[in-house]
Amino acid sequence: MLKRVHFGPSLLPFLLVAPQIAVTLVFFMWPAGQALYQSFLIQDAFGFSTEFVWFENFQILFEDQYYLASFQRTAIFSLSVAVMAMGFALVLAAMVDRIVKGVMAFQTLLIWPYAVAPVVAGALWVFMFDPTLGIFAYALNTIGYDWNHKLNGNEAMLLVVLAATWKQIAYNFLFFVAAIQSIPKSLIEAAAIDGAGPMRRFWTIIFPLITPTSFFLLVVNIVYAFFDTFGIIHAITQGGPAKATEILVYKVYNDGFIGLDLGGSAAQSVILMAIVIVITVIQFRFIERKVEY
Amino acid sequence: MIENRPLVTALAYLTLILGVGIVAFPIWITFVAATHDAVRMTQVPLPLWPGDQFFANLKTVLFEGVGGRNATPVWLMMTNSLIMAMMIAVGKIVISLMSAFAIVYFRFPFRMGFFWMIFITLMLPVEVRILPTFEVVSNLNMLNSYWGMTVPLIASATATFMFRQVFLTIPDEMLEAARVDGAGPMRFFWDILIPLSRTNIAALFVILFIYGWNQYLWPLLITTDSGYFTVVMGMKQMLDSAEQAPEWHLIMMTALMAMLPPIIVVLSMQKMFVKGLTETEK
Repeated sequence: MLKRVHFGPSLLPFLLVAPQIAVTLVFFMWPAGQALYQSFLIQDAFGFSTEFVWFENFQILFEDQYYLASFQRTAIFSLSVAVMAMGFALVLAAMVDRIVKGVMAFQTLLIWPYAVAPVVAGALWVFMFDPTLGIFAYALNTIGYDWNHKLNGNEAMLLVVLAATWKQIAYNFLFFVAAIQSIPKSLIEAAAIDGAGPMRRFWTIIFPLITPTSFFLLVVNIVYAFFDTFGIIHAITQGGPAKATEILVYKVYNDGFIGLDLGGSAAQSVILMAIVIVITVIQFRFIERKVEY
Repeated sequence: MIENRPLVTALAYLTLILGVGIVAFPIWITFVAATHDAVRMTQVPLPLWPGDQFFANLKTVLFEGVGGRNATPVWLMMTNSLIMAMMIAVGKIVISLMSAFAIVYFRFPFRMGFFWMIFITLMLPVEVRILPTFEVVSNLNMLNSYWGMTVPLIASATATFMFRQVFLTIPDEMLEAARVDGAGPMRFFWDILIPLSRTNIAALFVILFIYGWNQYLWPLLITTDSGYFTVVMGMKQMLDSAEQAPEWHLIMMTALMAMLPPIIVVLSMQKMFVKGLTETEK
């Protein structure tokens, strides 16, 4: 952690860490503390009086069927995004491993959606599926399916999942390619000499050996779906229709800034922080395991 | 290549081309929509092949904006995005270089305490604590300013960790040699550490530039003055106005403008980008 050869104590190191510590204290610690404190308060509708209520906000939340439904939706949403993005990326990465010519070209063509902002990705997909004009809505219409994500909650969910997946494929692809390429070629050759075909080699050698990367990506994708998809949902459905796509992060925003329920929103923030901490701990556990491998 | 199986190789190429097709299709549709005029963009089915209105739309969007008379022109929003992205990327790199240097190369009181304080920020994305952070920024009178848009996003544990990792791999002999030559801490930092971590700084810059350019929720809350709107935020307002009068040709042109700078950065620095991505996240 500390270098064996280092400088002794002086004022300089304090000055060096000062900017980062100042920003951390003012914009991280203080707001997080505020969120924790506010989650124990209930304010009346006009903001005249606040009452300290201990865990009542949390109690209200866990009895609120909308909140529980939002939890369930977030789980469905993030798992679908993770599984679809990883599956699609793994197939492409395995194929890139097969080919000799044009690896860089395919990589270039596959990675750019990563650079697209979530809101912009949302705008692209909402345009393609616009019920009156969209190109896919039109195609679905000609085969007799009436697409309208503004009215149908399941279709709205499918659309946000598609947009979120599309943006995340590039990331998964890069990690899978790196993982597959780091497998010693001798293992694959030995299996080939023993007569294992490409499919068999994939399932019995490549797939088990990239498990650490897969676990890592699963965690990253879930975190992505939890927190980085706000823009996609805000652009496509705004949580609707009838809250069908209101995931937890969207609900914090909606209840806090639109509904002005400060205590409730703060309590939701605290629960989200707890979820992030649990996910981070899992991630670090896993990284330790990977070092062994 | 392990064995020669032309059929499997052909299948691999076919799957890849199909995959690229699926991934690139939305961007193609965006480009096509940006090259047609308003009339064509209200006729079903929408075109799949580019038209000839690209430069006309580009001019409208850049200098007049979308959504009526008092719309913000896109060139202004792109300038704001650029300022925000640069401030976030440069700011993050500078403060994390400094704190990583202090933590790795100095023995001083509360060193581990500071380290843990920075570590904690890894666990608290902006989305989770938006309301209280917004209150802090408004109390500091930082609403509608570039500082308010960037400073709260500047503290980053990931960048500090990455530089810490880089510094730990630099041989101790470097510092010993520098000392023998009479260099102080700051001299060592400038003339040895920074040049040695140049590629890591570049890799991180790509990732952070995209991160900064694509910020959405935070500038949306912090800015009410249209002079500070960023192009990513502008997208959303245009989508809202599309409910009444869909000007998809202009909206998609703006989308193209919003994606262009980050895509250029990624493609022109592809090697750096891949390196930055796979190294910061671990």
